[in-house]
Amino acid sequence: MQIMFRDKKWELKGGIAARDAIKKVGLDPESVLVTINGKLVTDDTILKEDDEVKLVAVVSGGARTEF
Amino acid sequence: MRCRKCERAAVINMRQHKLALCGEHYSEWFLAQTERAIEKYQMFTRDEPVLVAVSGGKDSLSLWDALLRLGYRADGLYIGLGINEPAPYSDVSLEKTRAFVSSVTPALARGASVASREVAKQSPNNELEAASSPPPLPAMRQDFVPTLHVIDIEHVYGKTIPQIAREKTRGHGKPCAACGLTKRYVMNRIALDKGYAVLATGHNLDDEVAVLLQNTLRWQTGYLARQAPVLPASREGLTRKVKPFCRFYERETATYALVRGIDYIYDECPHAVGNLTNFYKTLLNQLEAQSPGAKLGFYLEFLRARSEGAFEQFNQVEALHECEVCGQPTSAPGRCAFCRMWDIQKVDRAVAR
Repeated sequence: MQIMFRDKKWELKGGIAARDAIKKVGLDPESVLVTINGKLVTDDTILKEDDEVKLVAVVSGGARTEF
Repeated sequence: MRCRKCERAAVINMRQHKLALCGEHYSEWFLAQTERAIEKYQMFTRDEPVLVAVSGGKDSLSLWDALLRLGYRADGLYIGLGINEPAPYSDVSLEKTRAFVSSVTPALARGASVASREVAKQSPNNELEAASSPPPLPAMRQDFVPTLHVIDIEHVYGKTIPQIAREKTRGHGKPCAACGLTKRYVMNRIALDKGYAVLATGHNLDDEVAVLLQNTLRWQTGYLARQAPVLPASREGLTRKVKPFCRFYERETATYALVRGIDYIYDECPHAVGNLTNFYKTLLNQLEAQSPGAKLGFYLEFLRARSEGAFEQFNQVEALHECEVCGQPTSAPGRCAFCRMWDIQKVDRAVAR
């Protein structure tokens, strides 16, 4: 499954919650929203192998989204 | 996760409220909470004309959208700062703001779901499928056509914000101080000159708690005394300023913008990257992750302490003078900070002319 955020991309295995995937790629779950295949979802959603996940930054002003 | 109200898939889970909602019920909740804040803090009434400071970002456009859908007479003010390096930030933000205005005029509002979807598709940063199928719009006044006032700083004052910042010592090379001073002045001036009862800004709870933490760490008691959802027009020449989104988390205003299909500028001002306020936002988000509701509790308990008079002794109203050039209130005799920075000598160069 592919996770995209701005100009970055990561490949992860499916079967984990979006919130855990966000942490796994080094981002802060509080500062991004999750879309799967173009739909806004909550971060407890379990990601499937063929999902296309895009993260949307919520923190304006250029705040860091990484831990 | 399912919507608390209808069992459809939720688009947001607000841990601090223990509340998950679908797009339609989230929009309803968001508007109801906006109305509640306006009434609770006695910000303004439906009879008062409101001027919304819009930047093209998610917060200000969502605020304007929410006020219009709640039936308020809300116009917008966009200030062109001339920040177009290294990317055309100001040009794009004006474009987004104008697109928003087109989408909410009464003629278009009748087909607004379609319009919103089209805007969402065109957005380079929002590829949500038809904005997650935006829910039907709440009733919107058909007898009110919102006006967008555009003030281009370079056109009025002869220089862009980055240009004036390079020439002046204010801000020590960073344009944020010059920008803040200019925006505060122009917003106040336009609101007064055009007869608005109140100026509304899109500050959200993350903005408020970041400033609160910053002021608390440095025990800036004077600033703490003046931080509030409403800044009254304490004297002639100052307009009332309100923050109807002060209780919304930043992720909540972003979710509203996405659900409603509002096409906002995704990248914020290039000069804001790495600033101190954003550093505090990052820290507070880490706290929130470990302790849901920490940000909301911090802010609401501060407001409670403030309302009980904890900072009253520091809320001293300075004796203000009238700027000898523009007539705006200023803390020292002579020219105000704005007229000094822009080197304005004559009143005929004032913004409203």
